[in-house]
Amino acid sequence: MAEFNTHILVCGGTGCKASQSDLLKANLKNRLADHGLQNEVQVLQTGCFGFCEKGPIVKIQPDNTFYVSVEPKDAIEIVDEHILKGRKVEHLLFKDPKNDKRVDDSKQMDFYKKQVRIALRNCGFINPENIDEYIGNDGYAALGTCLENYKPTEVIDLIKKSGLRGRGGGGFPTGLKWEITNKVEADQKYVVCNADEGDPGAFMDRSILEGDPHSVIEAMAICGYCIGASKGLVYIRAEYPLAIKRLKVALEQAAEYGLLGKNILGSDFNFEIEIRYGAGAFVCGEETALIHSMEGLRGEPTFKPPFPSESGYMGKPTNVNNVETFANIPPIINKGADWFASIGTEKSKGTKVFALAGKINNVGLIEVPMGITLREVIYDIGGGIKDGKEFKAVQTGGPSGGCLTKDFLDTPIDYDNLLAAGSMMGSGGMIVMDEDDCMVSIAKFYLEFTLDESCGKCTPCRIGNKRLYEILDKISQGKGTNEDLDKLRLLSQVIKDSSLCGLGQTSPNPVLSTLDHFMDEYVAHVDHHKCPAGQCKALLSYHIDEEKCTGCTLCFRNCPVGAISGEKRGPHYIDQSLCIKCGICLEKCKFDAVKIA
Amino acid sequence: MTKIKLAEKTIELIKSVCTQFGNKESELINVLHQIQSKLGYLPAEVQEVIAAELNMSVAKVYGVVTFYSFFTMLPQGEHPISICMGTACYVRGGEKVLHEFKRHLGIEVGQTTADGKFSLSCLRCVGACGLAPVVLVGEKVYGRVSPQQVSKIIAEYQEGCVNVQTA
Repeated sequence: MAEFNTHILVCGGTGCKASQSDLLKANLKNRLADHGLQNEVQVLQTGCFGFCEKGPIVKIQPDNTFYVSVEPKDAIEIVDEHILKGRKVEHLLFKDPKNDKRVDDSKQMDFYKKQVRIALRNCGFINPENIDEYIGNDGYAALGTCLENYKPTEVIDLIKKSGLRGRGGGGFPTGLKWEITNKVEADQKYVVCNADEGDPGAFMDRSILEGDPHSVIEAMAICGYCIGASKGLVYIRAEYPLAIKRLKVALEQAAEYGLLGKNILGSDFNFEIEIRYGAGAFVCGEETALIHSMEGLRGEPTFKPPFPSESGYMGKPTNVNNVETFANIPPIINKGADWFASIGTEKSKGTKVFALAGKINNVGLIEVPMGITLREVIYDIGGGIKDGKEFKAVQTGGPSGGCLTKDFLDTPIDYDNLLAAGSMMGSGGMIVMDEDDCMVSIAKFYLEFTLDESCGKCTPCRIGNKRLYEILDKISQGKGTNEDLDKLRLLSQVIKDSSLCGLGQTSPNPVLSTLDHFMDEYVAHVDHHKCPAGQCKALLSYHIDEEKCTGCTLCFRNCPVGAISGEKRGPHYIDQSLCIKCGICLEKCKFDAVKIA
Repeated sequence: MTKIKLAEKTIELIKSVCTQFGNKESELINVLHQIQSKLGYLPAEVQEVIAAELNMSVAKVYGVVTFYSFFTMLPQGEHPISICMGTACYVRGGEKVLHEFKRHLGIEVGQTTADGKFSLSCLRCVGACGLAPVVLVGEKVYGRVSPQQVSKIIAEYQEGCVNVQTA
């Protein structure tokens, strides 16, 4: 194998690939070859670096230089300047918005400073398609330790002691789950990895599978050893082609190295993993629904008990864990339960990965210790609200969660505090909203999602959510009444109380939490027929202030429906019967002449 | 809906996929994935053949096909357009972009234009939230799309301008 003294790491996550990181990688290779450096400098495609806002990301090792927003054409400059002459390419370095200074080392960036990366430890550091790199970073050491030194029950005790809780949403203690499945007697048991990430706006599971698939494979094998299963299944969304491809490569390599298959590492433990494809159904995140889907059926949840740990896939005891939960297992075994338990809060140990998105400067994937405050996440790591606007709320827990207002900015984030605040951890979506977001519309947005995704089995969820949606729609049209507001609350409670699975039980949460925290906005829609954020189209109209209009014709030229008329250098007018309220004129006007009424 | 007659070759293809999965009922979802990737969609006639091969009722196959959003019973346009409606894209204006596509193409979500060129659908999060709002045309990802760019994107795929430089 050639010895490389420099490595150029190019992000191969979905976001960066969409911004042509493949072409960038090819250009870098070509330019290196032009200078005959192909045997000294290696170009690698890694998993997601997390800093998606400024993708594509390029990192150069060993000096840790971190280039952002790199375009394919920049490859020449990076090779000619940085690699050949040792001069950093100034204009590609990250510019700290606080002082406009260029930062050349990622460790100095606020975005990374407060992060603790356990589940994402290898994402962006290793080539996910090469098992040797994983092994070189303590990979499969945990599996070896377990098989050689520990009895299954001892490993389970270790996981229990670490305090690890399920990262898929509910937060059930992982060690306890393994223990229950371990105790059930059966001729065949299954380990299932839930990679059917359904929360719109969360993408940590895909990033882990794309950036570090072996950590999940290793953890599944450890789980198999603990519960006495020889078969594992990964249930993954068919919409994740890159993650599927990398997982397949990883499975092949693991089998080739004898880390999957018969008599793993010389022990009498056998384990193999198969891939099962999801087909786009949010409800399949629920254990029983997921299992039915793997059996080729409609993904409808069924009553528990029996729990999957007793009767799951094909009627056999099945242990279901989420991708991020699995990714935490090898470090816990390598570094010890006490180390893991030292991170986080009293009841929530370790870290959590969040997909930070919405109206925030640094969109990306972050991993932070439990107990960090929202303020630290939003202002330190996230770099504050986009365009200097006012923070309004942050939505956690996806369609099952709720909104947290600025009153909660200093609340430590963990499972219990989020629940107490009327939201939940969920899978880790974190959507930041600013003053321009209408909370009635947000509640409506999530309900629309639930309507699409309800499996239809339980009446309260199937019909109740539809009624909730209709009431919200009525309110956003300015036709709501005070009675509707009471109905929303009552109906929400009924749906929560009478649905079978987690989807129905949590689906009214976005409505309840916006009612709790933003009642004034609901009242404005109902009593005053106004949308304070200016989002509900039925409640607003656009006008041009004659005094301020200079007749520059910019709005006239950009109006997609030709609703604006007027003479050049004279005041312009909007024909209300033609206006589709797209807001382009407002965006385009340089003289602040377009007003919303 | 008018009945379509499947070509002999298509029926053979369906049968071979089913055999590949051992004609097992529990493999239904895998079978559907394979066949949709080959045929582009899963009309009722195709489902009938699958049901017969896997020895199950057509109603059950139909139940599964309609349950999962990934499966479609309608043919897609030559250039399927998908607008991301994940939360991150929504709060950054995904809905306005969708509205513009609907207006320009004159179709609703789930429909295909009369010339068969474009079909319109929504999807939930492609995991490129840093680029929100995101639009996919075929496999190509367009990031930070504004309503004003919509007509330009469509024009890229209109006849005569297929070779327009891509972003």
